[in-house]
Amino acid sequence: MAKRGTGIHGREGIAGWVFTAPAIAILGVFLFAPIVMALWVSMTNWTGNVDPFGGGPNAAFVGAKNYTALFTQDGLARSNFMQSLGNTFYYVILVVPLQTATALLLALIVNDKFLRGKSFFRTAFYFPSVTSSIAISTVFLFLFSNTGAVNGLLKLMGINGPQWFSDSRGLLHLLMGLFGAGDNPAWGQGKIFGRSVWDWLSGPSVAMCVIIFLAVWTTTGTFMLMFLAALQDLPVEVDEAAMMDGVSPWQKLRLVTIPMLRPALFLVVTLGVIGTWQVFDQIYVMGKGAPAGTTMTPAFLSYNTSFRSNGWGSGAAMAFILFLIIVVFTAWQRHLMREDKSPGRLRKALGAATLVHSNRGTGPTP
Amino acid sequence: MRTRKTRHGAVAVALCASSALVLSACGGGSSFGGASKTQVSGPAKLTIMIGSSGDAETNAVKTAAAAWSKKSGNNAQVIVASDLGQQLGQGFAGGTPPDLFYADASRIGDFAKVGNLYAYGDQVMSANFLPSLVKTFTYNGKFQCAPKDYSTLALAINTDLWKAAGLTDADIPTSWAGLEKVAAKLTKGKVTGLVTGNDINRAGAFMKQAGGWVVSADGKTMTADSPQNLAGLSEIKKMMTAGSMKFNTDTSPATGDGGEAFGKGIGAMTIEGNWIKGSLSKDYPNIKAKFVELPAGPAGKGTLMFSNCWGIAAKSTHQKQAVDLVKFLISVDQQLAFTKAFGPMPSTLAGIAKFKTLYPTDAAFAAGGAYGQGPVNLPGFDPVMAAFNSTLATLGKGADPKAMLADLQKNGTAAIAAG
Repeated sequence: MAKRGTGIHGREGIAGWVFTAPAIAILGVFLFAPIVMALWVSMTNWTGNVDPFGGGPNAAFVGAKNYTALFTQDGLARSNFMQSLGNTFYYVILVVPLQTATALLLALIVNDKFLRGKSFFRTAFYFPSVTSSIAISTVFLFLFSNTGAVNGLLKLMGINGPQWFSDSRGLLHLLMGLFGAGDNPAWGQGKIFGRSVWDWLSGPSVAMCVIIFLAVWTTTGTFMLMFLAALQDLPVEVDEAAMMDGVSPWQKLRLVTIPMLRPALFLVVTLGVIGTWQVFDQIYVMGKGAPAGTTMTPAFLSYNTSFRSNGWGSGAAMAFILFLIIVVFTAWQRHLMREDKSPGRLRKALGAATLVHSNRGTGPTP
Repeated sequence: MRTRKTRHGAVAVALCASSALVLSACGGGSSFGGASKTQVSGPAKLTIMIGSSGDAETNAVKTAAAAWSKKSGNNAQVIVASDLGQQLGQGFAGGTPPDLFYADASRIGDFAKVGNLYAYGDQVMSANFLPSLVKTFTYNGKFQCAPKDYSTLALAINTDLWKAAGLTDADIPTSWAGLEKVAAKLTKGKVTGLVTGNDINRAGAFMKQAGGWVVSADGKTMTADSPQNLAGLSEIKKMMTAGSMKFNTDTSPATGDGGEAFGKGIGAMTIEGNWIKGSLSKDYPNIKAKFVELPAGPAGKGTLMFSNCWGIAAKSTHQKQAVDLVKFLISVDQQLAFTKAFGPMPSTLAGIAKFKTLYPTDAAFAAGGAYGQGPVNLPGFDPVMAAFNSTLATLGKGADPKAMLADLQKNGTAAIAAG
């Protein structure tokens, strides 16, 4: 074996270290170190006033108490946290499929070789993604106000639009009401983590639906670009072979195009799941949890608990629980979409999901 | 060929390098020390952080700070916070809070409990503050900070709509029955008789008029789930069912607050504080308004009081200079200058007496100081009141006041126990 440091490849090792040192330093200091510090804070009862690493009564080590309190201790912290989890779960379930399907549809349309003005459509569809989420949230506040454009449009069609931002009724509740279920029926009184089954089954509230529209509208552009790139990479021969075999366009889409888009689909769904669980900006601008806590999400609740109520330990614990939820969801989604269906790949999926999420954590939310 | 050992060695080096960087940064953490820091005397640079209601307030505070700076030889800088609560939280956690800042009465418990405040109240008692204000800003038996001003709620009446409905001065409501009558008379077409904000900071007035409040006078027990509070909320619900009262979020078009509904003519009356005068003259100059005391309920008159105090940070190194600045800012002349600029009432008895002579049209607001109730100032109540406000906002849609109060009682009791 050649001695280290000699020969043409010897110096490349050192050069590599020199070039990556700034990135390692920045990632270490601004990403990993704060995460470790936050993990420590989540195991204390720090009140935000003294050194969190110094011990003492205002920063005492309490072990897993912050975590268990969020699941087992009956009180406002638990009920707020559970409500935020429920709200965000419905948000994720609705936004991810909607934005993936819409992005794919738009990409297929823009990719169509008979479409004229492709770059115009590409820009138009991508434009919402580059605009500041705060600016868009504020515009949506006006659009969906009680006499805003949306309600005006609905009125033209003869429908009396709801008071979007003050309506806290859940969609599933409304749906069940159509089928005759009363309000707060007896069968829904069982409690999971202190919240009744009826409350868990509320679905997103009308106010949350506005945020769902906003999220789908804003992020579809980014994912459309990813699908577009993948579509343009597809080999033309496969398409031509399929047409020669006499498939209908719908069959071609279902049996040829989408399976070949699997990597892009996987990327879009993963990013979607991670981004939607972390939603914060829109909540901050559009109501901070109102009405009746139905737009509360764990990320915003963690911020509120820490900065407003000086409950930094509990807030940090919520952030880590959210992290775990995202890792589990991403791993499960990865497991569902894997190519090789052999058992035992779940462990690898979990590992990969953790890595993607912690790197993704500092990026801008799509 | 890179062996696994080499790879692990490389990772270890990277970890050590970044840890060394982090530790060296944290090592100079002189800002994390004991609760009180060594005070620096002599000419100092002070930072004042305010949450301003607009340019008028910012300029008034800046002028006052400049005047004191010139007089005392110090340098006081005013910082206008875009999100006061968050920036204060950051300042406290980071160890470099502003020396002087607005502290809302409802946050006193939270700040004082974790030791963010320097309790200098005993040094300014000679200013003779309104007794209810002293009570509002006392936590754990210590008077924490000097109240800088206060506002109360009064009933604002749109005089044009009043006259158009055929009402006269004799009809000005002094009881709940009178209020119901005039609100019903004023509800015509698109106008609702009474439009108010949708949280405890307005509905609480009704609870107080019925003789109840969220906590007991000593702040040690919850009294939310009482028949008096239920009577107050039921009165609101009664008027909403009759259509003569609405929350600002239920009007069509929805309005940001009661004042906006009043200014746009959507509500003929509203319950708001002194600040409505400034916003009316600026945004809705065509509205002619008259301000009267809130009608009395079954237990007599009741209104709510809002106030901020000049909080001094416990971690400040210029506490003596800050107290001197506060003494300047609570002088009668300075407080009346603030009143002239953006409307709130002086917090000292001498200031209030002068205010009554200078602004006779604001007599209703000033009178409220005698029977006004300050906000709940206990620690840990922020999420409790937020949860209550959330459900209170749905009162107009048929929610049950008894359930709301029961929840408030439960959550509040837990918060008091934890505090």
